[in-house]
Amino acid sequence: MAPTRTSDHVSLKRKPRLRELVIQSLLFVCGLLSIFVTAGIIYELGKESLLFFGRTQWQLTNKPIVADIAPADTRIEVGPIGTPLREGDTLRLDQEVLHLIAIEDSIYVVERGVQDTAPASHAAGAVLHKGVDPSLAEFFTGTTWAPHAGQFGVLPLLNATLMVSGIAILVALPLGLATAIYLSEYASPRARNTLKPILEILAGVPTVVYGYFALTFMTPLLRTIFGQNVVQIYNTASAGIVIGILILPLVSTISEDALNAVPRSLREAAYGLGATRLETAVRIVLPAAFSGIAAAAILAISRAVGETMVVALAAGAGPAFTFNPFQAAETMTGHIVRISGGDLSYDSLDYNSIFAIGLMLFVMTLALNIFSQYIVRRFREVYE
Amino acid sequence: MSASNLQQRHRTGRVWLVVFQVALLTGIVALTALLFNILNGSFGYVAIEDTIAPQDLAVNGVPLEEQDKDTLIQVLQAHISAGLFARYEFDKPFAERSAGEVYDLILERVVEPKFVAQWSLYETLTNRDAIRQTAAQDFPNARLEFRSWLNSHFLRAPQSSYPEIAGVRTAVLGSLWTIGIAVLFAFPVGVAAAVYLQEYAPDNLINRIIQTNITNLAGVPSIIYGILGLAIFVRALGHFTSGVAFGASDPTTSNGRTILSAGLTLGMLVLPLIIINAQEAIKAVPSSLRQASFGLGATRWETVWHHVLPNAISGIMTGTILAISRAIGETAPLVVIGASTFIQVDPEGPFSNFTTLPIQIYQWTARPQSVFRNLAGGASLVLLGLLLTLNATAIILRNRYRRSL
Amino acid sequence: MTDIAPAAAATAAIESKDLSIYYGSFQAVRDVNLDIQPNRITAIIGPSGCGKSTVLRAFNRMNELIPNVNTTGEVLFRGQNIYKSDVDPVEVRRHIGMVFQKPNPFPKSVYENVAWGARINGFKGNMDELVHNSLTAAALWDEVKDKLDQSGLSLSGGQQQRLCIARAIAVRPDIILMDEPCSALDPIATLRIEELMRDLATEYTIIIVTHNMQQAARVSDRTAFFSLSDDGKRAGMLMEYGDTKTMFTRPEKKITEDYITGRFG
Repeated sequence: MAPTRTSDHVSLKRKPRLRELVIQSLLFVCGLLSIFVTAGIIYELGKESLLFFGRTQWQLTNKPIVADIAPADTRIEVGPIGTPLREGDTLRLDQEVLHLIAIEDSIYVVERGVQDTAPASHAAGAVLHKGVDPSLAEFFTGTTWAPHAGQFGVLPLLNATLMVSGIAILVALPLGLATAIYLSEYASPRARNTLKPILEILAGVPTVVYGYFALTFMTPLLRTIFGQNVVQIYNTASAGIVIGILILPLVSTISEDALNAVPRSLREAAYGLGATRLETAVRIVLPAAFSGIAAAAILAISRAVGETMVVALAAGAGPAFTFNPFQAAETMTGHIVRISGGDLSYDSLDYNSIFAIGLMLFVMTLALNIFSQYIVRRFREVYE
Repeated sequence: MSASNLQQRHRTGRVWLVVFQVALLTGIVALTALLFNILNGSFGYVAIEDTIAPQDLAVNGVPLEEQDKDTLIQVLQAHISAGLFARYEFDKPFAERSAGEVYDLILERVVEPKFVAQWSLYETLTNRDAIRQTAAQDFPNARLEFRSWLNSHFLRAPQSSYPEIAGVRTAVLGSLWTIGIAVLFAFPVGVAAAVYLQEYAPDNLINRIIQTNITNLAGVPSIIYGILGLAIFVRALGHFTSGVAFGASDPTTSNGRTILSAGLTLGMLVLPLIIINAQEAIKAVPSSLRQASFGLGATRWETVWHHVLPNAISGIMTGTILAISRAIGETAPLVVIGASTFIQVDPEGPFSNFTTLPIQIYQWTARPQSVFRNLAGGASLVLLGLLLTLNATAIILRNRYRRSL
Repeated sequence: MTDIAPAAAATAAIESKDLSIYYGSFQAVRDVNLDIQPNRITAIIGPSGCGKSTVLRAFNRMNELIPNVNTTGEVLFRGQNIYKSDVDPVEVRRHIGMVFQKPNPFPKSVYENVAWGARINGFKGNMDELVHNSLTAAALWDEVKDKLDQSGLSLSGGQQQRLCIARAIAVRPDIILMDEPCSALDPIATLRIEELMRDLATEYTIIIVTHNMQQAARVSDRTAFFSLSDDGKRAGMLMEYGDTKTMFTRPEKKITEDYITGRFG
């Protein structure tokens, strides 16, 4: 070690560190990939949903034409039976699309060969189809979901989803909160260290196993309690209760963290004023941890809304607009799974419809998650 | 405050303590019920009607189960038509088949057991005599047997529409393949993203967006990932995921509903979890180590590679295994991307069609015949066993790394 | 700061000119002009929170690892401003090493702890010899020669800190920055480090931040006294700088005398 080093010339200049640069770029790209995933979700859901709302669905009217018509005819005579049509409707005869301009009793005045189709001859007896476009208004207000019959109301699916989630949170919130209070305020460290992992096993069980549990245990149990005639084999109550058990650890863990985050000094202050353990826990600690618990509840609802396998197995197949928790009703997620479970062909109405429902599901859960994060952020501010 | 008031308050306190304890107990009871319910379906009496009883197939007093392969082949040949035997020989020469496989063939083709009734474990244990009576009355030709639905045949056999011979082999292999691909994709990408966010990213808009985005992705329902996987991997990239682009499959029959698509979809699903867990693990590395490294004139990557990652690896591994546990039980996204529900042959590679264990459970549970529920129970046990193994591995791995530090 | 002799500038090992450091919008250190003489031990003393460590870390750009830190002014090392935009901080730290407040050996073997820095800096010579020499120079060789393959964390606190010094000198820096290196050690271990510093001063320029005035008086050749500005903005400023003996016997400023005699701080 020569002490004369100080006189050597030293360059501190930045040298190109190619390796560092390449690695940093690669790492950045990996970080960016998550953005692409989100962008992909939004793009695909949005694109296919637009196709869903822009797709004309042909509804059978059972209304036949009475006489043969030639490509040039614009006045066609129709039979009296079938669904009545209105001026302005879009019609289809075989491959040709027509525009209904006016109705003169049994004579329809039409514009031939619209929407890039060619006017053609049609034989008497050919049946008219009526074109239906799903509209956003109908999507959100209609109470029947039967896309192939031209009815696009998502309410039955949404209603079932909300019912299942509501039942789930009714089960999970009181149980989870009480468990959290017990673990955080009462249990000895040793008891906590044994009990917590046991509860967390519940969080590790695959949801399909919960579905099996709902169908083979919870449903028979409900049917025994409330009667075979009251409770259908597939029902939202069973699915809701089991999802409640599934999200129980989520509620209890996050709530317990929130309770633990309440400063010790606050508890000591309460004890110092002569409060009992319960009074301290419920009147002092619980309100102080309120936002954390609210965040847990919202997160749990979000989880319940997106939960799929339990409802797919236990809640029933087939949309139904009912408020009876003992009846079968298909949820949004259950519908997506059932529709896509078969051989789903691209660009079909079904294919597009799962994207429209998926988009709605995505927006709902995202809004709930962001709301819960917002609450957590506020909660942090209180304590810093 | 009078003394009686205090007494009252203490009484309220005791009542509520009981309420809290009951809540906790309810959770534990639910877990117990869940596990019991699976066991309840996985074991129990079965009434079986055989075309030929197995004991009739004993050769020189050696029962069927203990016969060697040659004897088994003779038994098989004696009981099935020459044409069928020739077809089996053509499918796979008997010389190449194991004794177990021949035994399975005898069961399938000669014994032809049929499950005519089955009872749950609870019924079997509490109601033994009544079951025997019922079985003798209703199914006089049947033998009553205590059956574990989870047995070696169940693990070995491929899927089948006959519950008597159905197994989970194809499903387990499919699960392992998809998880393997998911990890291969999500682990490096996830750890790299975590390293970027913790060690490189300056606090600016784009990085804050990335971080928020990852947090939110972790909360997206898994079925949405399925829809995305369907649109991107199965459909848009079908040319690649089907293997056609690599000449690996026949363009006329193959489609994008392959193991590769499923693996990538699951990979996307667990990516945010792996990133978040890895970030936590990296955060836990003391900053004094980084400072020491930088103080010696190390570059950022040298610091990360030599000090941060080796010290975070056990946490990263644990987090990854937790994410894998999540992925291995995922069903909905795979149903959406179109896992084939009926697959009898083992997956051969990333371009094979596939089914997975959770999907198998889903399918069996959804079938109306109750006998498939027993199969679903057995398959659930296999799935839980797989998860248990994974988590045990995580714990062992973590301890080993900790010791080596 | 006109009272600080500018004459030494030409021979300074490292020198700051109008160095100011900000944490966000808060000015933590204001206009520091300090020339460090080569092969001397310079102590930086002052009340807590006056930016001693921040100044020290500015000498090898370690402050950059903390988000939101801004530095203005110049730090000249061998005639080059290390804050010039084309200077690589990694290159700077290869010449200006650092020992930290708490001993922070890598969770690797003793041998690896010493060898690692040299290896990443492209050392091609005999590594065993370098490790031996560095540990000897850090007065640690005799204690660890039989446990070179044991974890650096298995050593005692004082040994760990000497290991960190050995690690720093294995890279052969010109200057070693020491940030309260004895604050986590017992008196005996402290004494050994102080002896070691005296030995190392023959080859290295050492700058040490200490909150312990006796330590500054014992080991340093020169002392820089920092304190907070009296304008209410609480920025750290260089108050007085000179020979340690002079400073501890005849401080020029009242505030220095007050601090040294223990009247505040």
